[in-house]
Amino acid sequence: MTRLSVNRKAYEVEADPNTPLLWVIRDDCGLTGTKFGCGVAQCGSCTVHLDGEARRSCVTPLKAAVGKEVTTIEGLSPDSTHALQKAWIEVDVPQCGYCQSGQIMSAVILLKENKKPTDADIDAAMSGIVCRCGTYNRIRDAIKKAAMNGGAK
Amino acid sequence: MKRNSTFSNRNALKLALIAIACFALAGFAWKGGVTIEPVDGSVVNEQTIETAPNPAAAMAAFNEAAKVFFSARCANCHPASDVPTQGDNFTPHAQGVTRGKEGKGVYGMKCNTCHQDQNLEGDHMPPGVPNWHMPPADQKMVFQGLTAGQLCRQLKNPKMNGGRKTPKEAIHHLEEDPLVTWAWTPGDGRSVPPISYEEFMKQMNAWVANGAACPE
Repeated sequence: MTRLSVNRKAYEVEADPNTPLLWVIRDDCGLTGTKFGCGVAQCGSCTVHLDGEARRSCVTPLKAAVGKEVTTIEGLSPDSTHALQKAWIEVDVPQCGYCQSGQIMSAVILLKENKKPTDADIDAAMSGIVCRCGTYNRIRDAIKKAAMNGGAK
Repeated sequence: MKRNSTFSNRNALKLALIAIACFALAGFAWKGGVTIEPVDGSVVNEQTIETAPNPAAAMAAFNEAAKVFFSARCANCHPASDVPTQGDNFTPHAQGVTRGKEGKGVYGMKCNTCHQDQNLEGDHMPPGVPNWHMPPADQKMVFQGLTAGQLCRQLKNPKMNGGRKTPKEAIHHLEEDPLVTWAWTPGDGRSVPPISYEEFMKQMNAWVANGAACPE
């Protein structure tokens, strides 16, 4: 039995300590907003936060999350009113939507560390999150809009 | 992909994630002299590197050890640019990874976003060791594109080597940093440096013992 805190809620899960955190989040915690993309930390769809830092949950073992706070897309805000979520809706960023929770979770880290990111900053922060629909221009617009509207708050 | 498959047998994407080798040799330090042990209980002499006991032996030792520094596992994270490379052919790191001020990446693209405290089982999985990183931006400790002599002089330059002050400190760094020894246990699908760690350390010790002279 492993004790885990996800979105400030305590869980006890029966899982091998080496189980990728992604599957614990999805299968044991029932939080399916975090997506499986490649399984080798290449695409970024599975990005979550561990104590406020981005982590590819598909390669992060459960044991690495013990004693830390896991934040998933569901934990960003109780009612989808995080500045980035609002900007995402306003700009109508998603097409298929599969990668978007990873995009937003990565953008949160960007705006936490950089309140007014330039295009180059956005490229540096977001280049590792692959969007098969190619929504990159809208992602860029939404990040800038969110930055103007309160950023990571 | 099933949860119980943990990290192995992943055929979903064959993207080229090969190890980046953050080989934290960003710390050799020299202050320009080596301490010679007294033979008669008298005052310890300070002898400069230029008047080292055996420059030819030192240079030969460094040339041999340089094979390790220049190998992919080590040099991939010691690029001239701010983009680490990966694989044995020094391909720019996937995902547009960049150095960042502290050598640990930027924003949500930090080294430990993907690199864990240990290697992960299976080809194309991120290699890992605690505190995976590159040299920081202010002391890049470049390995790629240098000659052995250039590398040697860089290692001895206190302004470029992380501030370690003696040859003994440098050797200690090589012995104690898990990023150094990781190169010989790099995980599935990765080559290792051309000489063993023991031989590497033997050559580095010989280089120091003979005065740490640099090849041309």
